[in-house]
Amino acid sequence: MSDVAIRVEGLTKRFDAVTALDGIDLDVPARTVFGLLGPNGAGKTTAIRVLSTILKPDAGRAEVLGRDVVREAKEVRQQIGLAGQYATVDPNLTGRENLRLIGRLVHLPRREITRRSDTLLERFELTAAADRPVRTYSGGMRRRVDLAAALVNRPPVLFLDEPTTGLDPYSRNEVWAMIGELVADGTTVVLTTQYLEEADRLASLVAVVDEGRVIANDTPAQLKARLGSTVIEIGFADGSTAKRAHDVLTRADTPSPELEDSTVRLTTHEGARLLVNALRALDGQGIVPATLTVREPSLDDVFLALTGHHAEEVAA
Amino acid sequence: MSASELTTTAPPGRPRLMPTVVSDTLAIAWRGLVTYRRVPQLLVFSTIQPVVFVLLFTYVFGGAIHVPGVHYVDYLMPGIFVQTVVFGAIATAIGLATDVQSGLLERFRSLPMARSAVLTGRTIADLFRNVFVVILMASVGFAVGFTVHTNAGKFILALLLVLLFGYSMSWVFATVGLAIGNPEAAQAASFPVMAPLVFASSAFVPVATMPGWLQPFAEHQPVSVTASAARALTLGTPAASYVLQSLAWVGVILLVFVPIAVRRYRRAV
Repeated sequence: MSDVAIRVEGLTKRFDAVTALDGIDLDVPARTVFGLLGPNGAGKTTAIRVLSTILKPDAGRAEVLGRDVVREAKEVRQQIGLAGQYATVDPNLTGRENLRLIGRLVHLPRREITRRSDTLLERFELTAAADRPVRTYSGGMRRRVDLAAALVNRPPVLFLDEPTTGLDPYSRNEVWAMIGELVADGTTVVLTTQYLEEADRLASLVAVVDEGRVIANDTPAQLKARLGSTVIEIGFADGSTAKRAHDVLTRADTPSPELEDSTVRLTTHEGARLLVNALRALDGQGIVPATLTVREPSLDDVFLALTGHHAEEVAA
Repeated sequence: MSASELTTTAPPGRPRLMPTVVSDTLAIAWRGLVTYRRVPQLLVFSTIQPVVFVLLFTYVFGGAIHVPGVHYVDYLMPGIFVQTVVFGAIATAIGLATDVQSGLLERFRSLPMARSAVLTGRTIADLFRNVFVVILMASVGFAVGFTVHTNAGKFILALLLVLLFGYSMSWVFATVGLAIGNPEAAQAASFPVMAPLVFASSAFVPVATMPGWLQPFAEHQPVSVTASAARALTLGTPAASYVLQSLAWVGVILLVFVPIAVRRYRRAV
C-alpha cells in the first residue's frame, strides 16, 4: 500500500448558491493525524461528508486507501469509521445495543460482535452504563459511545468531525489520548477542529480551510513559525492613544505591530524580551497601557496572518 | 488493554448465510422494535386514540348513525382497524424525520450496509407494531360487542389485508418524514394527508350519507375500499371486488412511493 492514505484533487461541492468546497487538494499520509482547521462554515464538515461517502462531490475526486469515494463507495465504507460533532447514536438504545447494531450493520460475525462491543465498552469506561439507554448519558459519555461506534469495524481510516467540541477538559483529554493510541496502532485519522491548540497537539499535518479552499497546508510547527509563538495584545484607553503607541512601537525594535481599534497586537517568537522592550518604549513616551494580554496564537491569529481577515463565521 | 485491541485492519470477508439486504433490514427492524419497547409512550398514545374512537363511536355518536341491516359496532370495527393503521403510519414519518435530524442517517450512510435497509427495516418494525395494535383493537372491539359473522379464517384475512394496507401507507409517510426531516413538522404535515383519507371514507359512516360531490372520492379511495373489504369479510357480504380494489391500491401505493422514498433517502442529509 502506498503511504498516502487519502488523496483529494480539486474537490468541489456546491449547495445551491453556496460553494462549500471550492477545489480542495490534499494528501493525507497513512498512519498520521491530519487536521482540517477552520471556522464554522469553512467547508470542513462538507469535506468529511464527501470523504466518508455521505455526499457526492460536484467535481474533483477523492480516494481513500486507493478507492474512489464515488465509484467504489461500498469498498470505502468498509475501511472507514465516522464520528461526528453531534453524537449520532440512537438515544433509545443502550450503549451496548448501539454498538451491537453497528456490528450487525458492518456484518461482523455474531460472536465477534459481542467480543467487540465488550472490548469497546470497557475501553471507553462505559461498562457500568452499558445497559442504560443512551438518552440517560452525559454529554461526554455520549461522545464516547459515538467514538466507540465508529471503531466497531476496526477502521484503518477514521474521520472525526470536531471530536472535542463541547466536551469538558477531562473528556477532551480522554479523546486526545484515544486518538494518540489509534494512530500509534496504525490508524489514519482525519479530524476537523476550530482550535489551533488541538491541531497543534494532535496533527502532524494541518490544512487551514477558509471559504471552501485550503489556504495553508503545513506542519503545526511551520504554521506557528510563520506566525510567531506568542501574541501580545496591549489595550489602550482610546483609539488615538493606541495610534500613538502603534507609531512608537513601529519605530522601536519590535516586529510589525498591528493596530486594531484601541489595541496593538505583536506576534513574536521572543515574547519575554519583546514585552520588556515594548513597555519600555511606551513608558519612554509616557503612554500608559490599559490592558495587557500575553497568549498563544489562536485560530483567529492564524487566519489574520494567512488571509488578512478574521475567522468570521459564515452561515453554513 | 493494549491499543491493538481497538484497531486496525478491516475484518476478513466471510461467507454469509443471508444476503446483507435481509440481515441489514432485520437489524434496523430490531432497532425499531426495541425503541417501541423502550419508549412505550409511542405505543400507548397510538393505541389510546383508536380505543377512544371505538368508545366514542359506539356509545356517543353511534346512536345517531344508522346503517341499515347492520349492528353499528359491526360496521364500525373494520373501519377502526384501517383508521388505526393509517394513523399509525405517521410513526414512520416521525421516526425517519427524527433520524434525519439527529444525524443517525448520516452514520448509516457511512456504513457498508444495504442502502434500502434503513427504509425496509423501519417499515417492517412499524408493521410489527401494527400487528400488536390491531390485535389490541380487535380485543377492544369484542369487549364492546363486535361480532364476526363469518369465520376465523376470513377474519384473519381481513386483518392481514388491513396490515398490508398499513404497510403501504408506511411508505407514503416515510416519504413525508424524509422530505421534512423534522419530527414535529412531519407530524403536522402528516395530518392533512391523512385526515381526508380517514374521515371522507366509509370507515365510520356509509358513503351514501355524504354529499354527492364527495361520494365518488369517498367511494373509491384506498381507506374506503380497504374498510369495505374488511367489513365484507367479517359481515359475510360479497368481498372479492373490494379485496381486489384494496390490493390494487396497495400495489399502486408501493409502486409509486417506494422509489420516491428510496430516492429521498439517498439525497437526505
